[in-house]
Amino acid sequence: MLGVLIAALLQVCSGGIDPYTSQVMIFAAINVILAVSLNLVMGETGQFSLCHAAFMAVGAYASALITGRALPALLPHLSWTGSSWASQASFLPVLVCAGLVAAVAGLIVGGPSLRLRGDYLAMVTLGFGEIIRVLLQNTNAVGGARGMEGILPATNLFWAVGVAVVTLYTMMALVRSTYGKGFHAVRDDEIAAAAMGIDTTRFKVTAFVIGAFFAGVAGALYAHAVQFISPEGFNFLRSFEIIVMVILGGLGRPVGVAVAAILITLLNEWLRDLSGYRMVVYALIIILFMILRPGDRLAPLWRQLRTLLPSAKGGSKSS
Amino acid sequence: MSDPEATATRVSGTALLEVRNCSLRFGGIDALSEVSLRIEPGELVGLIGPNGAGKTSLFNILTGVYRPTSGEILIEGRHSAGLPPHRISRLGMARTFQNIRLFSSLDVRMNVRTSFIARLHHGLIKSVRRGRSFRVEEENISKESGRLLDYFGLEEAATRPSRSLPYGDQRRLEIVRALAAKPRLLLLDEPAAGMNPSEKEQLRILIARIRTEFGTAVLLVEHDMKVVMGICERVIVLDQGRVIASGSPSEIRADPKVIAAYLGEPHREDQAEKDPLERGAEATGVIGVNR
Repeated sequence: MLGVLIAALLQVCSGGIDPYTSQVMIFAAINVILAVSLNLVMGETGQFSLCHAAFMAVGAYASALITGRALPALLPHLSWTGSSWASQASFLPVLVCAGLVAAVAGLIVGGPSLRLRGDYLAMVTLGFGEIIRVLLQNTNAVGGARGMEGILPATNLFWAVGVAVVTLYTMMALVRSTYGKGFHAVRDDEIAAAAMGIDTTRFKVTAFVIGAFFAGVAGALYAHAVQFISPEGFNFLRSFEIIVMVILGGLGRPVGVAVAAILITLLNEWLRDLSGYRMVVYALIIILFMILRPGDRLAPLWRQLRTLLPSAKGGSKSS
Repeated sequence: MSDPEATATRVSGTALLEVRNCSLRFGGIDALSEVSLRIEPGELVGLIGPNGAGKTSLFNILTGVYRPTSGEILIEGRHSAGLPPHRISRLGMARTFQNIRLFSSLDVRMNVRTSFIARLHHGLIKSVRRGRSFRVEEENISKESGRLLDYFGLEEAATRPSRSLPYGDQRRLEIVRALAAKPRLLLLDEPAAGMNPSEKEQLRILIARIRTEFGTAVLLVEHDMKVVMGICERVIVLDQGRVIASGSPSEIRADPKVIAAYLGEPHREDQAEKDPLERGAEATGVIGVNR
């Protein structure tokens, strides 16, 4: 796939990138994964979820436990920081496991609560996010409120950007297929969707579980990038930040959402110098963006570009 | 089509749709009481009744919005009462809505495509992998929905957003979307509501074509007498939650009970006994005005 090639190239070039820039790029990629996966739940399926950061936390803790506790016990000779292909590739199963654990969490929350609508669903997901945070805070095995530190720095540009591209591709392919139209049908009109034979609850839970899976993978990447995780890092504000990216990028527009995620990551970095006033300026810029909605203006332009390039239609990223 | 619905059980003597002694009660109100009716394959049946007669309630128990308080519903011999709407739909029944319910963010073509989702061979993973069998199936779906749109004269609007269509076309698209699910029974909930005379005429032709060329049975709930009497071969009349008459349009037009239901006479039983002949003549006159 094209995406993997790009990521591999980036990895080769990363010798020339200074650590700060590479770190920011990794954060941007992680935010892209989070925002694009939340977009499947909120944008494509129309279900309000306020606990995306909780799924991220589940993935982060699961992966930290695997690499920090389980693997050293099972395979004491495995090296993670090396640049050999073998040590790189062994990170993949860890990411997948983290995603699967988060997906199970998604199933546990989504199964019963997705029969609810709108406000009620928002309340349940908000509650779940808090439950996860409090649970982590009070579990001494994972460090309680102190969190876990000394996590291996296994995340690099290759994995972060690679997973981001795979996520974006998966979501776009999914939504374009006839199967994926089921998500849109559920969003637009649940009663009509059910009358067409579409199992609406199943589609909602599926969207939720896939969203949770990718959030879990993003959590694993995050944990192995910053090497330190604590329950406070995955609170409601984190969820809200992801929601802002989705809304800013345009609900149901994966590419727009990815762009918004990158912009917000950069914005966070640029505003770092303002220290105390950072959140004020941040909020102002978000409000300005919401009013101007640049995504809405760019969308028609983008569509025109696509008609000009017929070869770009379909899956340009498929191998 | 064989349906692997687990809870559905086959029973002998199969009509396409059979409603047996169905009642629906809301608190102290009987929305439906002991309603029984049969629809045979390929039939075109009209369902009429004054406001509050229970037409919508009947529709709702048929499509699984409500579960009947008592009684049985059989679709091709399979019990459907109590199943959720999407399972009932998969038994071979499609419907349209009184207030149009198209998927507003999808274009016309995609609206038709949603009908194929319930019968897809590829699921989540195959849709992302986009393998050969996936592409073949997508191609077939696209061809088939294109053919349906051509057939019903919506091909030029195929890529337009569904909400930008004129009202009559939106109704037509809803019917096309329902037909794409290959139902054996199509329920139309007041399809002529809000249509102008020429749109109504088009609708009559459309329904007739569905009958003859798709072989789909149609149950038509409608206020507009002209549409019902003009195309239905059998009409069922509901009043106060009961079936009060069933027969050909001319029989229905002459039925004193039907007239009484529509005009709301206070002592309908006494009068019906008194002078049925006179009332029959009056009845034809009354419904004739509607034509």
